Amino acid sequence: MIQIFAFYLFAVLLIAAGTLTIMSRNPVHSVLWLIVSFFNAAGLMVLVGAEFIAMLLVIVYVGAVAVLFLFVVMMLNIDFAELRAGFMKNFPLGIAIALVLLAELILGIGAYGAGVLELGTPDGSAAPMTDKSNIENIGALLYSDYLFLFEAAGLILLVAMIGAIVLTHRERASGPHRGHQDIGKQNRRRPEEATINTRPEVGKGVQL
Amino acid sequence: MIGIEHYLVVSAVLFVLGMLGIFLNRKNVIVILMAIELILLSVNINLVAFSAFLGDLTGQIFAMFVLTVAAGEAAIGLAILVIYFRGRGTIAVDDVNRMKG
Repeated sequence: MIQIFAFYLFAVLLIAAGTLTIMSRNPVHSVLWLIVSFFNAAGLMVLVGAEFIAMLLVIVYVGAVAVLFLFVVMMLNIDFAELRAGFMKNFPLGIAIALVLLAELILGIGAYGAGVLELGTPDGSAAPMTDKSNIENIGALLYSDYLFLFEAAGLILLVAMIGAIVLTHRERASGPHRGHQDIGKQNRRRPEEATINTRPEVGKGVQL
Repeated sequence: MIGIEHYLVVSAVLFVLGMLGIFLNRKNVIVILMAIELILLSVNINLVAFSAFLGDLTGQIFAMFVLTVAAGEAAIGLAILVIYFRGRGTIAVDDVNRMKG
């Protein structure tokens, strides 16, 4: 029973937060509503027993992507007049969101304790359950059958990381090019001006 | 009783919201990127719901890969946005006509 109630709460809040994400005038508010919708989607996934994906959603989306969005929104400095408009004006909304999140957490924990929501199978019987946990099963599958896809996913992340760094890296116009190669200077170099490591015998290295 | 239909309806509504967000926000590219994130989230909900419905973990593994691609897409998209803003001083979608598309 508590699972059904939790499902409707998560679903309604997910759709409401999604609507507010695309409707907000201020992009900072949009990002915050996006975080709320990610939390609710994670709750929906916990309800059907997909704990690992739910935790991944919270860690990857809320912890990384949403913060990235927030950084960019604030870096671009688009509209901050609205943001500075008073603490007390936003206080009731903040309290309301905090209370709703608290209720969701309590409900989610209760629903999780009451067992996984059974969605049923095509032929009407219950889905096959294993005695292992969700994370254990996913790990066993991911590192065996989907090993190469998993490595390809890592490669995608590497390419995305390098691409983001290359795209946003700004070359300093003036000043020393610290850590950069000057090919012309390297080619002009002659052996006479090179610093050579010699091994003089004792008493022969310096002229006294 | 909650069945798979409930999950599919939530996912469909979220998908439509994402599409709507792309068409509504003609001014702000960041909100369009967020709408794309919403669409990918709805796909993930679908995958996880069918994974629980069929008792097959493959759906959850694919949801993980969708998550990976979404993270990479957000990073690259925002990087492009930052260098575009550096060059033009605006991110309004209607002004993006450098490629004459």
